[in-house]
Amino acid sequence: MATAKQPMTTDTLQALTANRLIDGLVVYLTETGEWSTRVDDAALVPAETGEIVLAATGEQAVSTNHVVAPYLIDVETGGGEVNPTRFRERIRAFGPTVNTSV
Amino acid sequence: MYQYDTYDKTLVDQRARQYRDQAERRVEGDLTEDEFRPLRLMNGLYQELHSYMMRINIPYGTLSSAQLRKLAHVARTYDRGYGHFTTRQNIQFNWVTLEQSPDILAELAGVEMHAIQSSGNCIRNVTADAFAGAAADEIEDSRIWAEIIRQWSTLHPEFAFLPRKFKIAVTGSPNDRAAIRVHDIGVALHLNAEGETGFEVVVGGGQGRTPMIAKTIREFLPARHLLSYLEAILRVYNQFGRRDNKYKARIKILVHEIGAQPFAEAVEKEWEQIKDSALLLPEDEVARITSFFAPPQLEKLGPTAPAFDAKRLTDRAFAAWAKANVVAHKAPGYGIVTISLKAPERAPGDATHTQMDAIADLADHFSQGEIRVTHEQNLVLPHVKLTHLFGLWQALAHHELATANAGLATDIVSCPGLDFCSLASARSIPVAQRIGRQLSDIERLHDIGELRIKISGCVNACGHHHVGHIGILGVEKKGEEFYQITLGGDPGTDAAIGNIIGPAFAGDRVAGAVENLIDTYLAQRSTNAERFIDTYRRIGAQPFKENLYATA
Repeated sequence: MATAKQPMTTDTLQALTANRLIDGLVVYLTETGEWSTRVDDAALVPAETGEIVLAATGEQAVSTNHVVAPYLIDVETGGGEVNPTRFRERIRAFGPTVNTSV
Repeated sequence: MYQYDTYDKTLVDQRARQYRDQAERRVEGDLTEDEFRPLRLMNGLYQELHSYMMRINIPYGTLSSAQLRKLAHVARTYDRGYGHFTTRQNIQFNWVTLEQSPDILAELAGVEMHAIQSSGNCIRNVTADAFAGAAADEIEDSRIWAEIIRQWSTLHPEFAFLPRKFKIAVTGSPNDRAAIRVHDIGVALHLNAEGETGFEVVVGGGQGRTPMIAKTIREFLPARHLLSYLEAILRVYNQFGRRDNKYKARIKILVHEIGAQPFAEAVEKEWEQIKDSALLLPEDEVARITSFFAPPQLEKLGPTAPAFDAKRLTDRAFAAWAKANVVAHKAPGYGIVTISLKAPERAPGDATHTQMDAIADLADHFSQGEIRVTHEQNLVLPHVKLTHLFGLWQALAHHELATANAGLATDIVSCPGLDFCSLASARSIPVAQRIGRQLSDIERLHDIGELRIKISGCVNACGHHHVGHIGILGVEKKGEEFYQITLGGDPGTDAAIGNIIGPAFAGDRVAGAVENLIDTYLAQRSTNAERFIDTYRRIGAQPFKENLYATA
């Protein structure tokens, strides 16, 4: 299982993300093995262990048709919030950045 | 408008049922993602950044009010209440679920719509002049020929797996509003000396990472040979187009590599074999298709409308809208109305379900129940009486649809960009909104005059930045968004690819850079009538560049 969250650090950690099969929404693997639409719920592990600790769970979720195309992302946890490192992943986590209300 | 026959209807109904079965098998786990992906893409369903997106064809950009109402219903029922009209005259829904996607296709089939060939390496939705059938300057309604091409290209077994996607555009007017020279094939209606209808055929245009202007390979093709000639082009491309590298697989690369003349010779040779085959268009079939596009029954009116003129004199806001958003109709006393989908702070090309319903009602009331989609992401009511314009304008204003900016600097074309698209490198919509804010003064906007600004969030160029008078391309540099600016592009009759003016700008400096370019134009234009693009062509890039980077 994934290790516990490590808030208030600025170390690079990794989370596992994918899109949920049924609706395509962005999801993150949680510590309990569920998939959450909130990046704050993501299980975080040290970058060097992401492949070992998280990837197998992702593959299993693919085989049970729960999610599509899982992959690891780098995140930072400065300020008590989980922030994906890459800009594209921040848009995935928090976007769209434009008003989508009708 | 064209009405489906039994063949069309059966095909679309069957496809919707077939897709439902495929989607259900995917949900149940009988199909893997690798197996399902090509099937969903064949039905317009993409996985985008935040969710599934469904792209729905709007053949040659023509919609009935019933179809637009159905799109409003889809937006309301299966999406988050809005849709996005694209530069290919299609509509995309950004928040579709896999589970509900078969229901959407079933609903669309009921109004003769579908998503077949809206993705994949096949012949995509045929596009045409959004003013077809109404424009004062057209030779003939280009949709007749676009419909003939649509029928020929739909599920054409020989062209289901081309080296790459393939886009065809048709114009029936000497003033090209269909951007035919940036399409894989463009056909332009001409009359020869004998008064016969035919086509100039251009090949090998396109945007993307290798933008090119199409070359003319035939000056005049008699109309009855249209399909055999297109088939010959497709055959040459299918045989010789590269399949080893997707970035070199479009027909533009083939035409560029072997040369337009040898390419034309290869086409002519192939065409000789098939020109008198079953592809020769029978006159009665052309007449049958033409009958679907018979001109609407419009009243015989004088060229002037005193009530309209009086309103323009007394209401400046209405006058500004009428000046920018209404152009001449072939029938005296009528106008073609562009409904801007570029209201301040809105995403270019987006329309809400209530707006779509309102436009459908207004089309019924004022424009023979017909709506068009432009490649500049606006909607059009093609047949409006001049005396009805004031009432229409008031009704549009009620729905935030009366922005007086068609063809002006805030009528910005923009792809969805990184806010939605999984291919994007940078965001597009916020840049368009910032420029819109910067240019919000309506008097100044009208003083600047025609200025086509187009923004793409990556090199695939869905926002058509290569043919923007000012083009803006988003790129990622070390995790930051930057924007490259090009000048001098043009999608129309004088088609041109814009030139990069210099180093890229950070996102928060793009609107200022555009402002700077406009200031240079205003200082340099010879008269108020000289458009931005004309000034650029006259003085070149240097004065713009000097001012832009002097303050950078």
